[in-house]
Amino acid sequence: MKAEKILDEELILSKLAEVKDPEIDTVSIVDLGMVYRVAAVDTSIKVTLLPTFSGCPALPIIEKNCAEALLELDGADSAEVEFTFSVPWTSDRVTEAGIRGLKEFGIAPPPEFIESDGSWHVDCPYCGSTFVTVENIFGPTACRSILYCRNCRNPFEAMKLVSSNMH
Amino acid sequence: MEKTESGKFEGLTETDQAYLADLLKQLADDDYLLSFRSSEWLGLAPHIEEDVASASISQDMMGHAAMYYGLLGDIYGRDADDLAHFRGPADRRNSILTEKRNGEGEYLDVPKYDWAYHVVRNLYYNMHKKVKLVALKQSSSTPLRDVAAKAAMELYYHELHWRTWFIQLMNSSDDAKARMAAALEKVNGECADLFHLGKYSEDITRKGYIAPASEMKDSFRKEMEKVFDQTDSVFSFPDDQKENGRLGRHTEDLEHALELMSEVYGSVPYAKW
Repeated sequence: MKAEKILDEELILSKLAEVKDPEIDTVSIVDLGMVYRVAAVDTSIKVTLLPTFSGCPALPIIEKNCAEALLELDGADSAEVEFTFSVPWTSDRVTEAGIRGLKEFGIAPPPEFIESDGSWHVDCPYCGSTFVTVENIFGPTACRSILYCRNCRNPFEAMKLVSSNMH
Repeated sequence: MEKTESGKFEGLTETDQAYLADLLKQLADDDYLLSFRSSEWLGLAPHIEEDVASASISQDMMGHAAMYYGLLGDIYGRDADDLAHFRGPADRRNSILTEKRNGEGEYLDVPKYDWAYHVVRNLYYNMHKKVKLVALKQSSSTPLRDVAAKAAMELYYHELHWRTWFIQLMNSSDDAKARMAAALEKVNGECADLFHLGKYSEDITRKGYIAPASEMKDSFRKEMEKVFDQTDSVFSFPDDQKENGRLGRHTEDLEHALELMSEVYGSVPYAKW
């Protein structure tokens, strides 16, 4: 009989780290802070994810890609993936690896929110300049804005700031 | 659609489920209808960046509708897409404001839409939604609180967007001012049911699902007065109007919207999207 690997949390998370954002292949759903809960009972895995934006059309694709990846694990017979709103995703959930991956792709990480004066700070992902302007808060996807760097004269995108301080 | 958690309303009595279902229909149908009407501006907005912004907002709103339909589906044991597409006008609980056409003409023919109306309607709707989401974040129903918290973060950008457009156009050329005045008059004839809570309004508020309509109306008035203070106009809000969408009494425009919106989905209802 084949010895079955125990499906522990660490193993599941390392598998989920292989599931990339369908549009940004340099960041995983773990890097984006989308993984809320993982659990395994015997050979069944259940993963609960946080949607970044509620209307994001990539969510069903991510759901499918996660389930497929998890079933590749030794000893996994079933993988259930579902989304929850019990904790809202906020942009500060993006990890250090996520920030690096976004920059590598040419997307500035979510702005830093300065609570005292309510301002945001975004740096150009190409040259690092702070001399940037917002062209459009809304971008090609729900989670991104369009900006322009006055220093290196490149248009670029930035992840939108999503914070529970915004109301 | 993606799979979301289920079984959130287990343990509630049937009557409580009926109250919540009516409230969820109001919230879901509002976002669904206005998201559709706003999406009819695709390719027609005044400039390219606005086209991106307006379409992105519509997408977010459809996401909010999907969250509410998901909860409704959890109560009914039905598919969220079916609830969005296959409910007739009499079962719809959206405000009249969200169903009206954008102006004369058809999208696929010669659309002569009114941007001033789009701006005014969206400012009124989004400010109303902001106040409602604040109230829903205090709801006695946990799933409603969770969904409201999610929607509120996205609404932040929407409300800012429409408020900016509104103030700029209200202080712009004489032509813009005249168009905005006409749009304000039109919206005033269609928005009285925004804060109506439907046939179970007393039960819905008694159960603490949402704050009483009068409280929310007061908050709305205060928010809108702050916006109007930056213009030459004075804010007013109607007491009543002929139709009331919250009670399922709609205009012909709703049928028009539902037919168009569910045409593709209804053509092959068993297709997997």
